[in-house]
Amino acid sequence: MATGMDRLETSVYHHVRPEIISALAANLDDPFAEVEKQPTRYAYAEAIIELGERNPDVVVLDADVAKSIKTHEFAQRFPERSFNFGIAEQNMMAAAAGMATTGLIPYASTYAVFATMRALDQVRNSIHYPGLNVKIAASHGGITPGPDGVTHQAQEDLSIMRSIANSTVIAGADSPSTKLAVWAAAEWDGPVYLSFTRDPVPFLFDLDYPFEIGKAVTIREGTDATIIANRDIVCQSLIAAERLARKGVSVRVIDCHTVKPLDVETILQAAEETGAIVTGESNVINGGLGSAVAEVLVENFPIPMKRIGVRDVFAESGPYLEVIKKYGVSSEHIVDAVEEVVARKG
Amino acid sequence: MPQSPMSVEELKRMAATIRCDIIEMVHIAGSGHPGGSLSATDIVTALYFRVMRVDPKNPDWPDRDRFILSKGHACPVWYAALAERGYYDKSHLGTLRQLNSILQGHADMLKTPGVDMTVGSLGQGFSAGLGMALSGKLRKKDYHVWVVIGDGEMQEGAVWEAAMAGAKWKLDNLTTILDLNGLQNDDFVDDIMPIHPVPDKWRAFNWHVIEIDGHNMDEVVSALETAKTIKDKPTIIVAHTVKGKGVSFMENVAAWHGQAPTVEQMDQALAEICQQVGR
Repeated sequence: MATGMDRLETSVYHHVRPEIISALAANLDDPFAEVEKQPTRYAYAEAIIELGERNPDVVVLDADVAKSIKTHEFAQRFPERSFNFGIAEQNMMAAAAGMATTGLIPYASTYAVFATMRALDQVRNSIHYPGLNVKIAASHGGITPGPDGVTHQAQEDLSIMRSIANSTVIAGADSPSTKLAVWAAAEWDGPVYLSFTRDPVPFLFDLDYPFEIGKAVTIREGTDATIIANRDIVCQSLIAAERLARKGVSVRVIDCHTVKPLDVETILQAAEETGAIVTGESNVINGGLGSAVAEVLVENFPIPMKRIGVRDVFAESGPYLEVIKKYGVSSEHIVDAVEEVVARKG
Repeated sequence: MPQSPMSVEELKRMAATIRCDIIEMVHIAGSGHPGGSLSATDIVTALYFRVMRVDPKNPDWPDRDRFILSKGHACPVWYAALAERGYYDKSHLGTLRQLNSILQGHADMLKTPGVDMTVGSLGQGFSAGLGMALSGKLRKKDYHVWVVIGDGEMQEGAVWEAAMAGAKWKLDNLTTILDLNGLQNDDFVDDIMPIHPVPDKWRAFNWHVIEIDGHNMDEVVSALETAKTIKDKPTIIVAHTVKGKGVSFMENVAAWHGQAPTVEQMDQALAEICQQVGR
């Protein structure tokens, strides 16, 4: 442990918990095995109760997964402001739109596959087209529901939501930043899509994290390349960066929790200062964070770049960490991608 | 707020005026949906000119009754009623479906004063109305929510999701009017995907059902007034209507679901409508 800390440059980190930095120093095979973890859906469930205390306009809509997301705790606390629509996501989304027209702030909660695919027509036409103030709280984002398999793995959720006009798309990396996102969404006038993890991810940050919708956060300094990641792949990126550091490659890591609106300024600064970029997400490579960053680079500052994401394939059931490894979005893949883009810098 | 509620005779004349507006605006637009607009005209007229608590000068009044034409393609009837009621100048009717118009091909709440919900994708306005009714209950408001749905629209599965929810939450501040005109885009509803028995289906979903002739203004007014008094469950008024009502060559012809009349057809239609109200 002490040896590890000696090797590790703690000063390169911003906002990352000391426990995480220590863990990265101690063991890079499975550094976060022992650190505190939580599915970010539970952070949403906790945050929404606090929000409900502060803001009487906040209501929570469920579609029979309240016990999975734990929004049933909001229902116990505020029974009159909780509405369980049963297994009927389409009705829930359009009803949320109707509620928003009267000044309520509905958080419509379900799994991301149902929010972004089954009820997409309602999400587009009744929520985003009129720009109504509905917050879509979607658990099981990306391939984070490892064991549940493909029908519950929303590997397209960020792509789908990013393509809709008036959308704001957020995928927090851990529980504290997810809480901040849930609270920030209430202050944001208009629809917000929040993507949570089904499986646990480490507490990377604390509640003093400088979360702001549309502002990416540099959480690790580096000069040779930048990894831009979101949701569950931020912690994989930190592992990758540390592995690369031991090989003498200095890697910046950016938590790009907001896929839209994208923080173009921070991305271009990283491009100019490090000259190579790798994106990381447990979303498909088509249309998500990687695509968004690629679009910015191609139009403004073309440099070597590679996208880490699910590549035109459906995943499968399995323990979460094994699933992301098999489907190409774990720290090992990020390391390889960074080495490739750094080599291409020439 | 409002002008004084119209008598049944006045409502009949206003319905004729609105039917003429519909024919003219769809003709000028060159496309649109006259058939389902004409079948819903008497219902929409009774709501805006007699039953609903609204203030055209204050379309965002929080305590207003809400109206949603969930069968959003029939928006010409909505636009005409709003114009005649004074929400905006009638000159806008000639801009339907044109660039920069406040009158979109399917109604847009951000563009048209008085439109309480953006509609067009069938089934969604019904759910949105349910959400407004839930808000009314939560905030102990006494506004009423009125939603017109089509019979073809009943084929959308989400309509039944909302039907279950309306009964679950005992939304007696929500009244749905089913414009049962028997036709949909492709053909007769019975041929495309039968929906009968309609009243039994809604009763089975625990709604209060009132069945009327949707072109008999006495019955329309009476049913709407009755619906407001029903407690502990939502009401559906099953209004038997005729698609294209009031224009002989449009009545019960599926082709007039979404087609604009020519000048000659428009002139004939306007003459027939005027004749019916003795003008």
